[in-house]
Amino acid sequence: MAVRDYIRDRFFPHMWCPGCGHGIVLNNMLRAIETLELSKNDIVMVSGIGCSSRISGYVDFHTLHTIHGRALAFATGVKMSRPELTLIVPMGDGDALAIGGNHFIHAARRNIDMTAIIMNNRIYGMTGGQYSPLSGYGARASTAPYMNIDQDFDVVQLSKAAGATFVARSTTYHVQQMTDIIRQAISHKGFSVVEILSQCPTYFGRQNKLGTAVDMMTRYKDTTTPIGSKAKKQNPDLIERGIFVQKEMPEYCTEYEKVIERAGGGA
Amino acid sequence: MAKPKLKEHRIERDWCKGCGVCVHFCPKKVLEMDESEKAVAVRPEDCIACKLCEYRCPDLAIEVITES
Amino acid sequence: MSENIKFIQGNEACVEAALYGGLDFYAGYPITPSTEIAEHMAVRLPQIGGKFIQMEDEIASIAAIIGASLTGHKVMTATSGPGFSLMQEGLGYAVMAEIPCVIVNVQRGGPSTGLPTNVGQGDVMQAQWGSHGDYSIVAITASNNQDVFNMTVHAFNIAETYRTPVILLFDEVIGHMRERVDIPEKGEINLVERLKTQIKTGVDFHPYLPREDGRLPMSDFGGVHRYNVTGLAHDMWGFPTNDPQIVHGLLRHLVDKINNNVQEITRYKEYCMDDAELVLVSYGSTARSALHVVNNRRKRGERLGLLELQTLWPFPYSLVKEKCAKASYIGVVELNMGQVVQLVRNAVDKPERVFLINRIDGVFISPTDIRNTLRVIQGKGM
Repeated sequence: MAVRDYIRDRFFPHMWCPGCGHGIVLNNMLRAIETLELSKNDIVMVSGIGCSSRISGYVDFHTLHTIHGRALAFATGVKMSRPELTLIVPMGDGDALAIGGNHFIHAARRNIDMTAIIMNNRIYGMTGGQYSPLSGYGARASTAPYMNIDQDFDVVQLSKAAGATFVARSTTYHVQQMTDIIRQAISHKGFSVVEILSQCPTYFGRQNKLGTAVDMMTRYKDTTTPIGSKAKKQNPDLIERGIFVQKEMPEYCTEYEKVIERAGGGA
Repeated sequence: MAKPKLKEHRIERDWCKGCGVCVHFCPKKVLEMDESEKAVAVRPEDCIACKLCEYRCPDLAIEVITES
Repeated sequence: MSENIKFIQGNEACVEAALYGGLDFYAGYPITPSTEIAEHMAVRLPQIGGKFIQMEDEIASIAAIIGASLTGHKVMTATSGPGFSLMQEGLGYAVMAEIPCVIVNVQRGGPSTGLPTNVGQGDVMQAQWGSHGDYSIVAITASNNQDVFNMTVHAFNIAETYRTPVILLFDEVIGHMRERVDIPEKGEINLVERLKTQIKTGVDFHPYLPREDGRLPMSDFGGVHRYNVTGLAHDMWGFPTNDPQIVHGLLRHLVDKINNNVQEITRYKEYCMDDAELVLVSYGSTARSALHVVNNRRKRGERLGLLELQTLWPFPYSLVKEKCAKASYIGVVELNMGQVVQLVRNAVDKPERVFLINRIDGVFISPTDIRNTLRVIQGKGM
């Protein structure tokens, strides 16, 4: 399998639970990378802490497994010091938007060229099922035993407002779309955000009585729809999938090259 | 473009955690779980090589090999 | 003799020294009294083709420099008390992942927001013990701007030699004081460059397998060796492990590589120490007042000496013990409730002869302040 060329297969089987969506994200992210024909030496994957962040250990790139929430800040240092490298930053929803929320909005604001993949399972899995910023009102979690009263973020709206120049959403059910979106996100010059709805059958699924991984993926099929579809107009509760933003804006590292020129430091 | 034709399902049994995603979503019901909760291709002749099992496998354990 | 003489703040001397030492990436966040370092970096770095970035906070700043160090660059960030507190997790990461970097803490009065524009030296213990878990750190300071220059270059050399974060523990007085600085010619001070692996390709590169001399050759991110860097306990490839033997070896290595090289890392100065009955031990800006007292009292025939520590961590216990062996009294001059004084007591044979001479009110300690305390120590009354 071509995907096998991109993994450190001595660490398989991986550490994720049976049916965990994160494996599907890994699977299709590698397919996206394969279609781009990038050299493995030119890819740096930076991750934080959590189930999702373990993804970096499994891929045969330069991998930087950092501290909780700070992956984008580490990645900023890598990218700015070596702008020719391709930066991919997979994060969980808690990692990206709770402890890492500040870094997330500021990386988006700078429009620094990297791809943030938010693997949204609506829970803290590594620590055993506490509510996350995307659990949403009404969800159950080990720290919300009487029902969660926290509202969730809309990752797409948040990313748009923060200035990301590529914003998209897909799910672990829609694997072909996911691969296509990740491919375009990596190719995009600027800060790209890809939200992937990714099931956690072990904690979110069990605590919210959502059934198996199969049931949860089926729900992604039933509760999502392509952007602007007729179905969305009839049922506004459907979650839209696809590319929401794709625009050209000055990219941070390119702009800094101009700063160097203005300062007279160009070679 | 000619439709790809199945050669074999290569399943990494040590990697398969038996979640059943491949079995459930196969449009032709080619796969089943065996007694040790591992995916096996029981009706390979029905396979249309859509590769959705390969793409959706959370364990990266399935490869659908086609004749080129 | 250099032709390049400047009249600059300590913060600016630090910037010039960092550039001299090979720095070409800086990330930081404004905070008094370190901000001038960021401002000068913003001007100077793009002039030499280097990179400056103002991050969203200090947590991000230390993260960014660690990332940039991994691509082969010499890196630095600068901050003060509250920012230094925020950097502690990243500092621990740099220790664990063995990433060369320099962190400047221009100390102000604490705790908390404390006294942003006043001097303090209350972060000495935090410099070594601020992040969680066991580790050893290098912390260096200076009492004048020429030494700020020299010690900053030294910090970069130590960071590269031992693959470790190095803390430059300056203080507000040093950071803001203007003095003559003689910028050395290229080559006048030896620079340690990143030790890079000789292994061309293949699987034989072990980023976390120390050579016999304890040093670990690196490979830049973006190069031919694709390896893993993590803050988890890890094996010689950089992959997470819980294996007790490997974890034990890693912890020992992290501590030993610093503690076994105290002599190489230690820098100090001594004044009138040969026959000193009363030894003042000080560091940073307070050593200036201490030196003034020593020179003054020597003129009156009193046998005072000064041991000025420039390396605070790893603490040079043997040096302090040896230098203070003949002293009847030892006075430690510092701007805190007594941090280095505890270390000096641990170092010497007669800890009961060690006294603290301090101020903790944000006011710089004057020679008169020191003299007043000395009179008490010597039983001469106030």
